[in-house]
Amino acid sequence: MAWKISHLQALEAESIHIIREVAAEFQRPVMLYSIGKDSSVMVRLAQKAFHPGPIPFPLLHVDTTYKFKEMITFRDNFAAELGLNLIVHSNTAALEAGANPFRLGTERCCGLLKTQSLLDGLREGNFDAAFGGARRDEEKSRAKERIFSFRDRLGQWDPKNQRPELWNIFNSRVEPGESIRVFPLSNWTELDVWQYIHVENIPIVPLYLAKPRRMLVRGNSLILPELDFVQPQPGDKFETVKCRMRSLGCSPCTGAIRSDADTVPKIIAELVAVRKSERENRVIDHDREGSMELKKREGYF
Amino acid sequence: MAAVLEPSQNGHFNIDAFMETEQSKDLLRLTTAGSVDDGKSTLIGRMLHDARGAYEDQLKSASRGGQIDFALLTDGLRAEREQGITIDVAYRYFATPKRKFILADTPGHEQYTRNMATGASTAELAIILCDAARGLTTQSRRHAYIAALLGIPQFVIAVNKMDLVDFRQEVFNKIRDEFSPFLQNASAHDPYFLPLSALKGDNVVERSRRMPWFTGPSLLEYLESVDTRGHSFEAPFRMAVQGVLRPDQTFRGYTGQIASGVIRPGDEVLALPSGRRSKVRRIVTYDGDLEVGFPPLSVTLTLEDEIDIGRGDMIAAGEPPQRARTFESTMVWFDTRPLDPARHYLVKHASHVVPAHVEAVRHRLNVVSLDTEPASSLSMNEVGVVRIATSRDLFIDRYADNRLTGSFILIDRETNSTAAAGMILSRARNTGENAADRLARLVRGFVPTDALLNLPLDDALAAAELRKRLEGVWDD
Repeated sequence: MAWKISHLQALEAESIHIIREVAAEFQRPVMLYSIGKDSSVMVRLAQKAFHPGPIPFPLLHVDTTYKFKEMITFRDNFAAELGLNLIVHSNTAALEAGANPFRLGTERCCGLLKTQSLLDGLREGNFDAAFGGARRDEEKSRAKERIFSFRDRLGQWDPKNQRPELWNIFNSRVEPGESIRVFPLSNWTELDVWQYIHVENIPIVPLYLAKPRRMLVRGNSLILPELDFVQPQPGDKFETVKCRMRSLGCSPCTGAIRSDADTVPKIIAELVAVRKSERENRVIDHDREGSMELKKREGYF
Repeated sequence: MAAVLEPSQNGHFNIDAFMETEQSKDLLRLTTAGSVDDGKSTLIGRMLHDARGAYEDQLKSASRGGQIDFALLTDGLRAEREQGITIDVAYRYFATPKRKFILADTPGHEQYTRNMATGASTAELAIILCDAARGLTTQSRRHAYIAALLGIPQFVIAVNKMDLVDFRQEVFNKIRDEFSPFLQNASAHDPYFLPLSALKGDNVVERSRRMPWFTGPSLLEYLESVDTRGHSFEAPFRMAVQGVLRPDQTFRGYTGQIASGVIRPGDEVLALPSGRRSKVRRIVTYDGDLEVGFPPLSVTLTLEDEIDIGRGDMIAAGEPPQRARTFESTMVWFDTRPLDPARHYLVKHASHVVPAHVEAVRHRLNVVSLDTEPASSLSMNEVGVVRIATSRDLFIDRYADNRLTGSFILIDRETNSTAAAGMILSRARNTGENAADRLARLVRGFVPTDALLNLPLDDALAAAELRKRLEGVWDD
């Protein structure tokens, strides 16, 4: 006698268990909400974990203010419709000093507007646990990340000093100032996420879907010119391209891919055919080899 | 094996047909262990590559001089890239037309036993690597032992590097004959011995033409077909309560992930520690009520009666778990700080966290010879049998009967580190303040004490009731 469940049901059950453990064992958990597809899935899982009750913790969006405009519109509608308690945090001091990826370089800009801002946001809220939507299949340094990832008082990650995780038992003990990053989607793949979005009919930012867009073409990169400081350089040209975003970030630093996938099923079809990892089009990961691991050691999600 | 995910025919993608295929896939969690030199990374790299679990850009960065170095596909962290060894558990994801796989890839060398235990704890199958050229090593023995200790039901013994020994059958046979008795003793039953070459691809995905003497399925064929149903469905129902949902006055639900057993509305359940009985009213989920709940689903139960149940409690049915404050357990020690009986620890068992200490170290286990050795402590990466005492009752099963209600972690109260993992062997005899023991003390002299020990819970509750009535008469 055995009722078989699909891999998606197995993943969902595991994620719900993780989310419930965190809600029960931490004083002030928060869910980091990046507006992307993984965040949308994570929010759905949180709804499922506490149904018929509400999600018992707030959401935190670290806003660099350079996100795509469609993302912000989507975020505000999504939060209003679901009745989410959404906190938005920006590094206003750095922004007032004129921080942007062209003046500072991608790496320093990310350091100030994402990493620093995230750490400040977590500290201001006095949060002792923060959910993130990262998955282990995204990038090699993430393959070894724990589901409960311990961070010291400075928010730093030490790959050699992570707690062993066995069965479905998580050690949530932290001292004041220390915290845990929790990754309930650790075992999901990009294909799993899209399949779940399809099956569950989860809303996503339209930027994920292909349509003709007026793009700045720079070599192999397609940049959506939304911000004043994104200016054409010699050799660049403007072109209307049918394209979409495979992952969402800041508009100057997130490349689009040429694509005809204008529905979720078509995205799934494309994913099955195209064998490139989703972060390939993230400009930021090309800074230097192993850059994601460096960012994580410094506290980036 | 080329057609791994081919949903489109004639250029048309039928999402419904594709999803139907995808939804029919189940999930197999497996673990590999191997030492630095026996080609584990190459084997995994080849599986990822051949099952298309690796992306083009990742393949490109793993290429050296036009050749893919499969080992580079899986080595993640800078430190290990520099040292050329894997130093932590890494999780890999791949799929075939029949299954999805989550692979816990664990390092082989001695000081990282803890990582192997971590990877093995959730696995249903273990791949143990042997090097055909070097013969059976202590590392292979240790890996097999730890995998068996963590209760993995299925074993593949991959005898790798057959190309270095000219694919000779006698080399393979020698390793198999030498390893089999050890595996038997370690309780690794029905292992599948498989000769292969990860480097050349023999018996990884395709069956090898160079070893006609071997007729069994290739590694991937075996992984696709092996029966993964554990016995968690047949075991009695267990759900550790993670929390209570009370969104309004009309609803009171208990959340949890079903650890074992099958439950339906109307079934009688036992709430522990209260010992109160009730019936399941609803099995609530976001997607509607379920007619039947089973592992590993995360659900919310409502009951017919108002019972005081909170986080850390257990809802059970059928043969009840044992109430215990002291129990015998196998431990794998993780912490750099050795086990100290004078130290304060916490036990986290299911959703329950309780203060605890280690009452006694019975012995240490030599994971290579399988011998027991006298010991008064356990150091990092050592395995032993200890007696744990907790300050409150736990409701436990033997690990051999239930991997989720028979396991726990030990947390150091001072450092908060996860000091050890435990697999429960039995409730300790002659100790603890359970109902049966109290009664035994009370009626000492009238009934042989042994007859009252290890009573099933129902009897223990009856015994407690009896004790209450006797108190006025015999209480001293």
